[in-house]
Amino acid sequence: MGLSISFNLNGVARKVELDDPRVTLLDLLRERLDLTGTKKGCDRGQCGACTVHVDGRRINSCLALAVSCDGANVVTIEGLARGDVLHPVQAAFIAHDGFQCGFCTPGQIMSAVGLIQEGQAGEDPERIREGMSGNLCRCGAYAGITEAVIDAQRELAELDRRQVA
Amino acid sequence: MNNFDYFRASTIPEAVAAASAPGAAYLAAGTNLLDLMKGGVARPSRLVDINRLPGLDRIEPLPGGGVRIGALVRNADLAHDPDFARRFPAVAEALLSGASAQLRNAATVGGNLLQRTRCPYFYDVASACNKREPGAGCEARGGDTRLHAVLGWSESCIATNPSDFCVPLVALDAVVEIAGKTGRREVPLESFHRLPGDAPERDSVLEPGELILAIRLPDEAAAFAAHARYLKVRERTSYAFAVVSAAAVLRIEDDEIVVARIALGGVALKPWRPRAAEGMLAGARADGTSFRRAAEAALEDAKPSGDNAFKIVLARGIVMRALMLAAAGTPERMPALPASPFALPSGVLQHV
Repeated sequence: MGLSISFNLNGVARKVELDDPRVTLLDLLRERLDLTGTKKGCDRGQCGACTVHVDGRRINSCLALAVSCDGANVVTIEGLARGDVLHPVQAAFIAHDGFQCGFCTPGQIMSAVGLIQEGQAGEDPERIREGMSGNLCRCGAYAGITEAVIDAQRELAELDRRQVA
Repeated sequence: MNNFDYFRASTIPEAVAAASAPGAAYLAAGTNLLDLMKGGVARPSRLVDINRLPGLDRIEPLPGGGVRIGALVRNADLAHDPDFARRFPAVAEALLSGASAQLRNAATVGGNLLQRTRCPYFYDVASACNKREPGAGCEARGGDTRLHAVLGWSESCIATNPSDFCVPLVALDAVVEIAGKTGRREVPLESFHRLPGDAPERDSVLEPGELILAIRLPDEAAAFAAHARYLKVRERTSYAFAVVSAAAVLRIEDDEIVVARIALGGVALKPWRPRAAEGMLAGARADGTSFRRAAEAALEDAKPSGDNAFKIVLARGIVMRALMLAAAGTPERMPALPASPFALPSGVLQHV
């Protein structure tokens, strides 16, 4: 049975024919649309490496069926930078050594952008760690990640203020 | 993962009809179902996608103080709804202590009620499990039983219900609204999940095709807002299921308890409501002596199902601690680590 889905991916309208309803959003991105920035870690919703934004919310793409995302607005790590200008969260991860091997990093960054948009954590490191607990880092770069989130959050607030002014 | 037919329902009767066929399952976020399907634990032949059903994504305050929560409301949206969190703080705390931010953004409240046990023998298709395959036996018995049930278990199943959300909901007398082939019905959440008995394959009282439409908290539930807590012991600080947990909600007047409600999580195949312990607290002073007696009564019928006698001691302590924290007052702001026993009770601000 052919399943046709239309969705917006990183600002571009896409139409995809799925030959199999079992395809997850993660596999659609990586295997069929060649967007390999989103990583497959556990594939069971436990590690957060596959975090993307669907309709403005961070979710685990390994636990979402692609066919359920018909009509959705999807943003992946590839959709974050503006040309050669990194998103402030990406820049902050580099500035604070928020990674070592880098495998979990796309998920960490997408999760951090979501966390900042949710606006629940503020600058409390404990609340940031709690809000990022769905993203595992086996290199243990957590200290740098927390600093990067705090820093990026300030930077984004500053950008917001300038835009309003 | 087995292959399946995918059907997107646009009305409730259409969904119920499609899901009444043998082998059919509802798909909401799929955060538990897809995991089970990837492991071969669940093998539905048809998925009925209910995400587009109209009207099930609303949080509706009721005139008398209660609330009706549509089955498709996402866990995060409910927990962060300011009005809901103010009136039902223990429910918000339980939601935020569960899973991760990504999962809470996707998972629905209806799905939370229907999530399946995390018993590792249930998940491992190479192990015998009466819940996965009726009559197969239970390899958890005599196996690694550290985290298994201490209340309400049977020889055929010693698994626990993993939900945090359901624990304060049961304490607050939540009601489940259900649609089925023959019409609609309501079931108190306390009677919704089944104890294993000799049919552990049935988690709940839902009949084939029945669909959860909403969860309702009655008007009286809002009266506990000033003294409501959820407390959860985990094996790591965050993003873990409960070893044991407890919700405690109180109405206190002049240092005397008027009404107490308690529910335990992680101890049985359903959220556990120790009514005898609640009864002992009515009219008692809100102090350590009363809470200790209630905690002992709450676990009076508990019995290890294996290597887990420690859970009984732990649960007693958590019930007592939850009662003490509830008596001290609901914190003004959600704790940085929701439901964590490592947050110190000192400095807890009074809720006004």
